[in-house]
Amino acid sequence: MKSLAELQAIKDKMKDKVVLREGSGDIRVVVGMATCGIAAGARPVLNAFVEGVNAEGLSEKVSVSQTGCIGICQFEPVVEVFEAGKEKVTYVKMTAEKAKEVVEKHLKGGNVISEYTIAASKL
Amino acid sequence: MKELSLNILDITENSVKAGATLTEILIDETDNLLTIKIKDNGCGMNEETVKSVVDPFYTTRTTRKVGLGVPLIKLAAEQTGGKFSIESSVDEINHGTLITAEFVKGHIDFTPLGDIVSTITTLIQGHPDTDFKFVHNKNGAAVSLMTTEIRDVLGDVPLNTYDVIKWIEDYLFEQYNEIH
Repeated sequence: MKSLAELQAIKDKMKDKVVLREGSGDIRVVVGMATCGIAAGARPVLNAFVEGVNAEGLSEKVSVSQTGCIGICQFEPVVEVFEAGKEKVTYVKMTAEKAKEVVEKHLKGGNVISEYTIAASKL
Repeated sequence: MKELSLNILDITENSVKAGATLTEILIDETDNLLTIKIKDNGCGMNEETVKSVVDPFYTTRTTRKVGLGVPLIKLAAEQTGGKFSIESSVDEINHGTLITAEFVKGHIDFTPLGDIVSTITTLIQGHPDTDFKFVHNKNGAAVSLMTTEIRDVLGDVPLNTYDVIKWIEDYLFEQYNEIH
């Protein structure tokens, strides 16, 4: 059975990491979680990013957060990737599968998956 | 929405946007009925706004931040023969909103609750600095979670730390396994 004591252990483990975390968030992944995004399937997309970033050991470098309606509801689920010194990348019509791929190729590998971006879809 | 848990996620996002420091998600389930209550201590809405948020066609750009979320859960409840209500107060001390949606489970148009655990972890992941209380009563047994208790143990470790989110997920799954 899960206990609050386990949380204490997590806290102790995190203590050493707190200093490192100060410089974290070089890359910011933002998932649209308004009515339009949620209805289109944003929840599993967000969870795939959270899982993927952790599995690839990118937690120090990548933060995953949520936002409201970005204004392009027909393209939901929409995910924006912000990286210092680079142009924003907007991925559209995302799925959990595509999210896993973005973690691997873009967040880890540094290569934008152009075919999933808004630039590649017909407006 | 394919699952009621997605409606819950959507409506609770409104509570957080309204500045709630505590949002309660209370589900009461019997053999025939499923009742969802979402209660927050956010800024609340005046009477006129309350009327407008339940009507998708009344919504104007100035109230657009509310949008289709409320009409969708209202429809989901009423199409099962259930009820929907919304109460809100902008009182200086007792401000906040309570949304109640009652669903008739046996109705052919009843949408299943779905992955409620994922909704709770998603809310905490996205809003680690606000508190959530979750209680799901099912035929006398209960699953519950209070982020204030978790926060008390964690101190300044953020609630959206991966290990904490996983702990919360496992904690809820274990409780569900017990009551099923």
